[in-house]
Amino acid sequence: MTTEVGSETEVKKEPEKAEEQPAAPEPPATNQTDEAKAEEAAEQSNESPALATDSAEAPTEAKENQEEAQPADNATGQEGEDPPASPPASEKKGISRFLPPWLKRQKSQSAVGPKESQVTPKEEGGVVLVKEEGEKAEQAEAEQTSLTTAAEPQVEEEQVKGEAKPEQKEEVNSEEQEEENHSTGSAETQPAKEEKAAEESQEKSTAEEENKETEEGGEEKKDQEERLKPEGGHYFIKSPLKLTKKVKMVMCHVTMLDGSQFPCEVEKRAKGQYLFFKVCEALNLLEKDYFGLSYKDNADQMCWLDPTKEIKRQISNASWQLAFNVKFYPPDPSQLTEDITRYLLCLQLRQDIASGCLPCSFVTHSLLGSYSLQAELGDHDPDEQRLDYISDFQFAPSQTKEMEEKVVELHKTHRGMTPAQADTQFLENAKKLSMYGVDLHHAKDSEGVDIMLGVCANGLLIYKDRLRINRFAWPKILKISYKRSNFYIKIRPGETEQFESTVGFKLPNHRSAKRVWKVCVENHTFFRLMTPEAPTKAKFLTLGSKFRYSGRTQAQTRQASTLIDRPAPYFERTSSKRISRSLDGAPVINVIEAQDSGPTSVENGREPGLELSSDSSKVEEEPSEGVAATPTEGTEMKRDDPDSSQQDLEKTQEDVLKHQASTSELKRSFMEATPETRPSQWEKRLTASPATSLRLQAQGRSPPPRTQEPLPDLTVDTVSKSSDDKQKSDKTTLQAAEVEIEETVVVEEIRVAPKGSVTITTPEVVVAVETEVEKPKEEVIEEVKEEVEAQKRSVSVSSDSHSESEEEAGEYHPQVTVSASVDQIKEEPEKEEAKDHEEPDQVAEPVAEPESLPEVEVDAMPSPAVVEETPVAEPETALVAEAPSEEESTEDILVTPDEAPNGHAEDQPGLVAVEEEEEKEEEEEEEQPRVNGDVSHAETERIPQVICCSEPPVVKTEMVTISDTFAAQKTEIATKEVPIVHTETKTITYEAAQLDGSGDGEPGILMTAQTITSESLCTTTTTHITKTLKGGLSETRIEKRIVITGDSDIDHDQALAQAIKEAKEQHPDMSVTRVVVHKETELAEEGED
Amino acid sequence: MAGVMADFGNFTHAVVRAIPSSLAKEALRMNVSDVDLEKAQREHEVYVGVLKQKLGLEVIELPADESLPDCVFVEDAAVVCGDTALITRPGAESRRKETAAMQRALKELGLNIVEMSDENATLDGGDVLFTGREFFVGLSKRTNQRGAEILADAFKDYAVSTVPVTDGLHLKSFCSMGGPGLIVIGSSEPAQKALKIMQQMSDHRYDKLTVPDDIAANTIYMNLPGKGHVLLHCTPEEFPESAKVSAHTHTHTHTHTHTYR
Repeated sequence: MTTEVGSETEVKKEPEKAEEQPAAPEPPATNQTDEAKAEEAAEQSNESPALATDSAEAPTEAKENQEEAQPADNATGQEGEDPPASPPASEKKGISRFLPPWLKRQKSQSAVGPKESQVTPKEEGGVVLVKEEGEKAEQAEAEQTSLTTAAEPQVEEEQVKGEAKPEQKEEVNSEEQEEENHSTGSAETQPAKEEKAAEESQEKSTAEEENKETEEGGEEKKDQEERLKPEGGHYFIKSPLKLTKKVKMVMCHVTMLDGSQFPCEVEKRAKGQYLFFKVCEALNLLEKDYFGLSYKDNADQMCWLDPTKEIKRQISNASWQLAFNVKFYPPDPSQLTEDITRYLLCLQLRQDIASGCLPCSFVTHSLLGSYSLQAELGDHDPDEQRLDYISDFQFAPSQTKEMEEKVVELHKTHRGMTPAQADTQFLENAKKLSMYGVDLHHAKDSEGVDIMLGVCANGLLIYKDRLRINRFAWPKILKISYKRSNFYIKIRPGETEQFESTVGFKLPNHRSAKRVWKVCVENHTFFRLMTPEAPTKAKFLTLGSKFRYSGRTQAQTRQASTLIDRPAPYFERTSSKRISRSLDGAPVINVIEAQDSGPTSVENGREPGLELSSDSSKVEEEPSEGVAATPTEGTEMKRDDPDSSQQDLEKTQEDVLKHQASTSELKRSFMEATPETRPSQWEKRLTASPATSLRLQAQGRSPPPRTQEPLPDLTVDTVSKSSDDKQKSDKTTLQAAEVEIEETVVVEEIRVAPKGSVTITTPEVVVAVETEVEKPKEEVIEEVKEEVEAQKRSVSVSSDSHSESEEEAGEYHPQVTVSASVDQIKEEPEKEEAKDHEEPDQVAEPVAEPESLPEVEVDAMPSPAVVEETPVAEPETALVAEAPSEEESTEDILVTPDEAPNGHAEDQPGLVAVEEEEEKEEEEEEEQPRVNGDVSHAETERIPQVICCSEPPVVKTEMVTISDTFAAQKTEIATKEVPIVHTETKTITYEAAQLDGSGDGEPGILMTAQTITSESLCTTTTTHITKTLKGGLSETRIEKRIVITGDSDIDHDQALAQAIKEAKEQHPDMSVTRVVVHKETELAEEGED
Repeated sequence: MAGVMADFGNFTHAVVRAIPSSLAKEALRMNVSDVDLEKAQREHEVYVGVLKQKLGLEVIELPADESLPDCVFVEDAAVVCGDTALITRPGAESRRKETAAMQRALKELGLNIVEMSDENATLDGGDVLFTGREFFVGLSKRTNQRGAEILADAFKDYAVSTVPVTDGLHLKSFCSMGGPGLIVIGSSEPAQKALKIMQQMSDHRYDKLTVPDDIAANTIYMNLPGKGHVLLHCTPEEFPESAKVSAHTHTHTHTHTHTYR
């Protein structure tokens, strides 16, 4: 890992610092930011186009989109609301198209929700729904229990009956169809029915009817779903609760903590929670929130079964072998309400100790072992043969005779202690162990050194060997994210530090990175929040994992536990020896009515805002940058990947995309991996442009609202603006193939000292961010260099639209404490994007590609729009990033509001969980309107650059260059984290030197942008005409940029050669200026300029 | 480890070693200044006297070894926690042999001896701060990562966090435990910086007592039956300013020993 603040290179410092620091390092970050923005813009543009199709008004659409996005997550409540506001059906369709799978899913869930119980509209959305379902399920179970088995049998029957029809269909039909079925209300989904049936003594027929009704009620939802379906969205809605006619049953085997096997037959499409509840029911466990079901993935890695997802989608292998484990180790077990809960915790700890997961000293092993003996055997029996009975127990990974003797010796001293007391003593000692409740994950730090990441109740611990080398308490962490195989945390600046820093870790693979991220999200939510974070409004195109912890938090479960009112359940303690030896000891459990503590209404106390961003996407995921996100969005839309289903749950975050990009925070890439080459490129470019140019590789950036462009071929007119002196964008002149969009944003950044309100205004900060987004398959990245000169607008700007973004930024920051309630777990938009990309990659989706195309187009289009927008946006971003004091204050304020009701909550969700990316998007949206109007004002020039992104793996490079044109005084640029370098990426750049020099940042006209997508390749051609006035001479430059993105399968050389060939044929008089080849991991892209 | 904090500072024995006459000239030194051997020996006698008479500890006095000029600094030779004694591998080559006598003495006390046999490991006890809840190990000129790892292995119940020590000889050259959950820390920048790191690295909260002089932060806290909370610290004569700070916090002051409560 990297020390946060310490090294500049590794750690991302804020833009401001960047200024102070050597320009070189910073530039990347800035670039990233810009890129992020650009990407966002592109995304927006992409989105907008789609929307546009449906409705004309861009701004409205944008709003709608936001709203919709949120609603989608939210589900029921929103749905109701949405319809009115929402545009015509056609529009919806359009939108739905782009709706990420998870959104769809959520909707579907929502549909279900009503059925089960009339769920009050929940603002929170998906998560909430899930919860409710869960609760319902619980209740249902409880009822079942009480009612008994009778209900179940019936259900089964029904299932059986149903099986014939539905199953076949289902099988035949794609997942989408299944969902439809759901929505349709046909009897298909069983689990829900079961529960309902249980709950309501009503007959299934009734249930079915209800379902129908519900469906009707949720017509809109259904409609959407249906619409979505056609479009190819995969729905993975499997509500365990639903009863389907054709239910296929699968036998699960759950290894209990005492070593016994719990066989449980579940519907094939049952969700995790169904099984989990079954297990808890069998255990007679009420305080179940500390526990979970785990399984081993293909890599033999232990994973937590997501209760909200179908089991079959999570367990890869044929055998449904799971284990019941403690998921959240209560820091103070004495606060558990029931002995049975403590008993189970003891069993888990004994396992942990015996396996060596929980290291203990000799003495502790002995002491804990003695309590185990006391609990299981009672008082020491002097008559019993001494060590014989003991050697059956395993007290330590390797236990010696000496230890056994010590155990016996200590056992004697516990005379009179009841099993419950012994368990309590056991826990009192075990909880003090330094590794108690620490979930370790192998990783490497930025320098490639092997370390361990330990996730626990208090935060994230970093170990090297056995030594703790760092610790990041939850309050100290502003954001958690992952991209590809990298895991990032954004650190709140310390007292003496001005800027946030991001620390990156390299995990063995993407899955492990995501796993760590998820565990962090869950632990943070469980231990740190009052209520689980609602999946933030899903923004439209948010990419990345929506994953959020959907269960109860510790606070909630504690509260719920207080309501437990039953005689202490009898349970038999299984001898621990059996644990290690045989499985015979099936726990004898008396089934007692399980009373579900009703879902206690929990207050959201959100503490510090945490953003958990997951980058699912391979593409850009830089935490901070939204840019990458944008591109991804397009991808997302396209995707309906299997992953997406998983992600869906995750995606709740929605906010993700929020202005990470916008945030001025420059992300630094701490990852060593960053290819040196890139930097050089960036630097060159950067250097070229006096002002920092932000290069955003957004595949499609366009202000969402505005441009509505058909897909592939888009013609974008860039508004050329009179060159501002300030605006100098080094444009890489590319006659040949690249269209570069350079956006130079001059941002006045106001920074606010963390606590204090020190506002530093940087006269002009130009940030150049280059983000390369690599999409799994093929991604065309457009580099947008935006030179925006926000002339001292920053303030005003910030106040305006930026507020959101700012807020978001704020969220990250400390002020959170005030509201305290804000922890946002965000999956970063970036991540989302990334995910999307990834998913696409994983699943070669034809559909996706088409969509992507649009995006691409968007990009092109965006440039014009972008230009205008940029100015505003960037300033905002900058502001955000820096979080000027004002902003911060605002943020605080905002935050609070957010916490409370959802006013802006949606937008602001950012507050809670606002991802920069999202913010960017938002900003863009906001900006756009202005942009349009302001265009003239906007000094920004954007030259659309097509950035070649290599795909599969996403590599983001962020370069931030900050130059203060104006006041040299205080320029601080807050950079959002830009950790982004992936080792996996190789970038080869060839540039013809001459051309570049000529290109000043004068406005150019983007003549055409064309994207052609095939399954394997995505080719984007952008033509840009730039007129430059130099010394009275006007020079017209035509730049054509061709970006070819493809999956690993692509023959790069061939593709490249072909592209060059074609370019030469078409334009004999043009020369190839630059060739950029990005290779990621296994995949490589090639881009030609 | 049960009741860690309750037992914190509850010492029964003290191991000391006499000052060899070679200390004055041959001992390793951070700064060049003459050592008044006689004065040192006088102070040592007072020190041992306090331990024995005033505090009633069972004091094991190891004889000085002229070939080991630094042998009086017994703190570096071993780390004892609970019933385990980790015999260190001092960072200074000339001090490696100091551990032999210490090991014998500790073994006689019935402690489980863990030796640091790894030749790549170095650890000075002066870099090990045990707070009662966890260990902080200063990575200094004398102590390296490997040494810290071995310590972590020896005391598995506790978190062992590393703290870079750039200035000064040892971690405990500018800090020590002044009571349960109380860290006495010098006011120098390196000291304060190290404290910050320790605070960040810990799941626990510590109060801090900042003393003007780093050296004055070198104290020994004890919680002795019948004696209450005892703090051994430098005399006010040595560090008048620091003594004032202590005086505010503690009730009683002994010449060399400070007892509060």
